[in-house]
Amino acid sequence: MNAWIIAIVTVIVAPFIGGLLAGIDRRITARLQGRFGPPILQPFYDFFKLLGKAKIASSRLQLIWIYGYLVFMVTALLFLVLKLDLLLLVFVIGFAGVSFALGGFSSKSPYSHIGANRELMQMLAYEPVLLLFALGVFAVNGSFLISEIFNNPTPLLARLWPIFIAVLLILTIKLRKSPFDLATSHHGHQELIKGIMTEYSGPYYALIQLTEWYEYVLLLGLVYIFWANPWWAGLIVAAVAYILELLIDNITARMTVGWAVKFVWSVGLVLCVLNLIYFWLLPIKGVS
Amino acid sequence: MGIIATSRLKSPWIMHFDNSSCNGCDIEVLACLTPLYDVERFGIVNMGNPKHADVLVVTGPVNRRTARVLKNLYEQIPGPKMVIAVGTCGTSGGVFHNCYNVLGGVDKVIPVDVYVPGCAARPEAIIDGVVLALQKLAKLQGVAL
Ligand code: SF4
Repeated sequence: MNAWIIAIVTVIVAPFIGGLLAGIDRRITARLQGRFGPPILQPFYDFFKLLGKAKIASSRLQLIWIYGYLVFMVTALLFLVLKLDLLLLVFVIGFAGVSFALGGFSSKSPYSHIGANRELMQMLAYEPVLLLFALGVFAVNGSFLISEIFNNPTPLLARLWPIFIAVLLILTIKLRKSPFDLATSHHGHQELIKGIMTEYSGPYYALIQLTEWYEYVLLLGLVYIFWANPWWAGLIVAAVAYILELLIDNITARMTVGWAVKFVWSVGLVLCVLNLIYFWLLPIKGVS
Repeated sequence: MGIIATSRLKSPWIMHFDNSSCNGCDIEVLACLTPLYDVERFGIVNMGNPKHADVLVVTGPVNRRTARVLKNLYEQIPGPKMVIAVGTCGTSGGVFHNCYNVLGGVDKVIPVDVYVPGCAARPEAIIDGVVLALQKLAKLQGVAL
């Protein structure tokens, strides 16, 4: 019964947090660029405006896939707040990404095809790292359950800091921030129009924004569990990580997809593997 | 519907289309996005995609080549939509009005809501044009801006 209440509250509250985060993002980005920036509530105005626009869909199939994207993303978030299995959570994030990419492929626009291709390449880059993150948590706690992380008094960050750095890289990809802003292009309109989101308009585009807000909360939640005890330490870690992402977004240029995959594999994967090897070759006292 | 109507006024996403202008007006449109004018204060974002746009900002006179493109872009924008013709060329054809390939102002092809004159139109004038378009929309919807 308690779990139901937590689930319902999460589904209702998460978009508000995500929207506020997006608003803060736009404001801070504007300030970093020497501009005044939009109001903090701007993402909500955009959302409601999009809801009120005409419904034009270029293919029916596409709509099914973005509903899938939303449902999988909310499911992943629920896995996190109900403190269930981390490994399954990683798989559900994978399903969400695939749904979104298939949505991009199901229209005829070449821009959305390029965007969907890039989305898949990005998944190729980040999925192994997320998987190794789950393995790292298993190495520390002897269980994939997120509730075990909350029960452990020593933060994950102390033992998994190389994996934490790799997860920050993944965060940049998943938040669609600059060096990896490849599949949708917030700024490269001339190159890619809007990439994988090109063909969605009006309320359907609003739906994608809603999903992104859930995704923001989910991703920062994943950063949070690196220091889940005491509860406020995780919030600080998540806030610092978010500000860092905004900074990275503004000081780096967009790179190519090939570079992104190479970079994440050569830095992120290597960090994860080294961390795991460390655990399995040199078992520390007190770690099962 | 109240919240949607007010949100519409607070987040006009523009798409800029260059017919066959001399590029003077285009530079002024882009100047609106710079830190000096920063139209994002009003929620105005420059979109490269007609499917996400609300306001079509057109510069330059329509010629026989671009008329088809312009009409196509206009039809791809989901309603409610606004069209702003920027520059003397956009409003009437300007210095190019009697060229062999020029049809004239933007209103020869698609309905225009706001005309922003000037050669080139100043960024302040363009922002003013967007605000005027929003006022028109507000009046249509019966909400205060
Ligand atoms: S109005 Fe003047 S500046 Fe603008 S496109 Fe025409 S000639 Fe160029």
